[in-house]
Amino acid sequence: MSALPWWRDRRRLGWLIQLAVGLVVLLAIALLLGNLERNLTRAGLRLSFTWLNDPAGFDIAETLLPYTAQSSYAMGLLAGFVNTLRVVVVGLVLATVLGVASGAASLSRNPLLAGVMRTYVEVVRNVPLLLQLVFWYFAVFLALPAAAEALRLPGLTLAKSGVFLGPVSLVNGELSGGWRLSLELAALLTGLVVYSGAFIAEVVRGGIISVPRGQWEAAASLGLKPTTTLREVVLPQALRVIVPGLNSQYISLAKNSSLAVAIGYPDLYAVAETTLNQTGRGIEVFLILLTVYLGLDLGISLLMNRLAHLVRIRER
Amino acid sequence: MGPWRALVATPADTALTAVLALLLGWAGWGIFGWAFGRAQWLVVRANAATLMVGRYPEPQQWRLWLLLGMLVSLAGVSWGLLRGRGAWPRNDRLAVAGLGGATLVLPPLLALGAVNQLRLLLLFALLLLLRWALARWSGHPAVLRFASAWGAVWAVAYLGGLWLIAGGLGLPTVRPADWGGWMFTLLITSLTLLLALPLGVLLALGRRSELPLLRWLSVAYIELIRGAPLITLLFLGQNLVGFLVPGGLAPDRVWRAAAVLTGFAAAYLAEAVRGGLTAVPRGQMEAARSLGLSSALTIRHVLLPQALRVALPAMVGQCIALLQDTTLLSIIGLFDLLGTARSVLANPDWLGRYAEVYLVLAVLYWCSCAALSMGSRALEQRLSISRDRATVPPSTPSPTAA
Repeated sequence: MSALPWWRDRRRLGWLIQLAVGLVVLLAIALLLGNLERNLTRAGLRLSFTWLNDPAGFDIAETLLPYTAQSSYAMGLLAGFVNTLRVVVVGLVLATVLGVASGAASLSRNPLLAGVMRTYVEVVRNVPLLLQLVFWYFAVFLALPAAAEALRLPGLTLAKSGVFLGPVSLVNGELSGGWRLSLELAALLTGLVVYSGAFIAEVVRGGIISVPRGQWEAAASLGLKPTTTLREVVLPQALRVIVPGLNSQYISLAKNSSLAVAIGYPDLYAVAETTLNQTGRGIEVFLILLTVYLGLDLGISLLMNRLAHLVRIRER
Repeated sequence: MGPWRALVATPADTALTAVLALLLGWAGWGIFGWAFGRAQWLVVRANAATLMVGRYPEPQQWRLWLLLGMLVSLAGVSWGLLRGRGAWPRNDRLAVAGLGGATLVLPPLLALGAVNQLRLLLLFALLLLLRWALARWSGHPAVLRFASAWGAVWAVAYLGGLWLIAGGLGLPTVRPADWGGWMFTLLITSLTLLLALPLGVLLALGRRSELPLLRWLSVAYIELIRGAPLITLLFLGQNLVGFLVPGGLAPDRVWRAAAVLTGFAAAYLAEAVRGGLTAVPRGQMEAARSLGLSSALTIRHVLLPQALRVALPAMVGQCIALLQDTTLLSIIGLFDLLGTARSVLANPDWLGRYAEVYLVLAVLYWCSCAALSMGSRALEQRLSISRDRATVPPSTPSPTAA
């Protein structure tokens, strides 16, 4: 028996390849870190996080926290994170409502309704989100009329000074009362909800289609109404398909909220950019951003996995 | 039940139809009134060239016309070779009608100069001529020999196109900072895609490798990139690359952004390819191995051809997402189509003309994305993948932006 040459020995070759790849990766990392170390030292910016306690010195247009220009950078970043969280949480709820409604409606027997919903999905998915956001902000919300000629819908008042939920009154040419959203927040929420809603609609549609026709027919022959069938028979089964799809859409929404910077809403990324401009602490700011967004994704995934566990089919 | 009957099947349906029709009519009337009344389309007409090529110096723009002519010729020849001799199928007639309509209607609408209008008409005629000629003589031995080297022709043409845009080697140089508009968007998308495809395939193979180190590295890379918003990665590219390379060696901002986009797209393409890899039955690998094929040959001739065919729709979906994601370059101050539009709108002459410009951009992006997904569907049919056999969803843009 002749010995196998080493280049045909799968096991040995495998180890050799891993050794080579490992060495190259280690070398690259060492090289980059070495450069980083040298360059940071030269710029007098050695890695540290103590600057987070320094006063930030910039204002944040809207915040839920007691933040002022004298507060620390850490507080500013936290205020930005709370703003991000606000958009993500409200956006998730609204996008889910819109997505489920339009996903179900796109399967309607009424061809006009189904057609409108299909058109909505096709238009929104083929236009970049950032373009949609700047359109909503600059072309729609900034073009709103002044307070005196505000657009009044039931429970919703739209004017240049903001979007008001609930009853409002006009006092001295200013709108007051209700719950005010800034135009930036309103535009960001509208854009994100309309965009994510279209993707969620496709997820929901796919989930409903995945339920066999026989289930509809069986429910119909039991005398259930179509809406009852959808709610009691089809959706519980469709959810198994829908929930994992929703998970990735929710994560996309969380990541997409960072586009807020383009329309001036002070989310985490926008505050981080200002922080970088003032401190020059690029590495630290990037590490903070990466950690927070990865944490946000992980949090959404954990919640959705719990949900997937809840909606699983329980066999008798 | 016909579609018309379904509109009024029950009283509830009738009411719903009536309400929707009223709403649609109201919205349509409003849009019509705006488009032909209050909207001032002069901003688009006056900036058409800027939106197409950005600040590319005018005396050098003949190079871009030449590039367009080259692309049109190549497209016409490819189209003819692909179809072969015979009738023009429905898709082709649609494409001709669409392109012809656009060539006839858009230039006068945009008030382009007579020379440019003539150029566009000639390019359209060239496209049709080449499509017809190549299809007519597609069976000729000389054409067949030529067709076998066609991939190489495209590759050479791509490099030639880069040379035409950038200059050097005898042509005056045009710096990347002066590239812009739709041309820049298409350039950066195609370049990124070409570089990201092989990288994505390697990452997908790494993720399914039997070697633990390769697997871990691939998984770590893919998940890290997919977890972070694109804008934070572009932030890394713009602000930190200067620290990671020896002083003064950092490449131009455009190239740094292209590198980040490539790494980003590769992670997403890897996931699309992985979907295709899992669809190849284990028996295929075992059969190849028992025939004595080496790992490299098995991957090259057995695994990838089958996997990529299944993964095609998802991969095209990622291409569409990438085209849309290039708009983020406008946030870091580069002049892609959206960035160019924003710089036009920052000009006091065009104050407040947001709706007009952004609507035109939306139509342009929409048509490009829709054309890509239609092309992918046609390609799928040609590769005869039946929809129900594919384990990955049909090509649709994925929401990877940010």
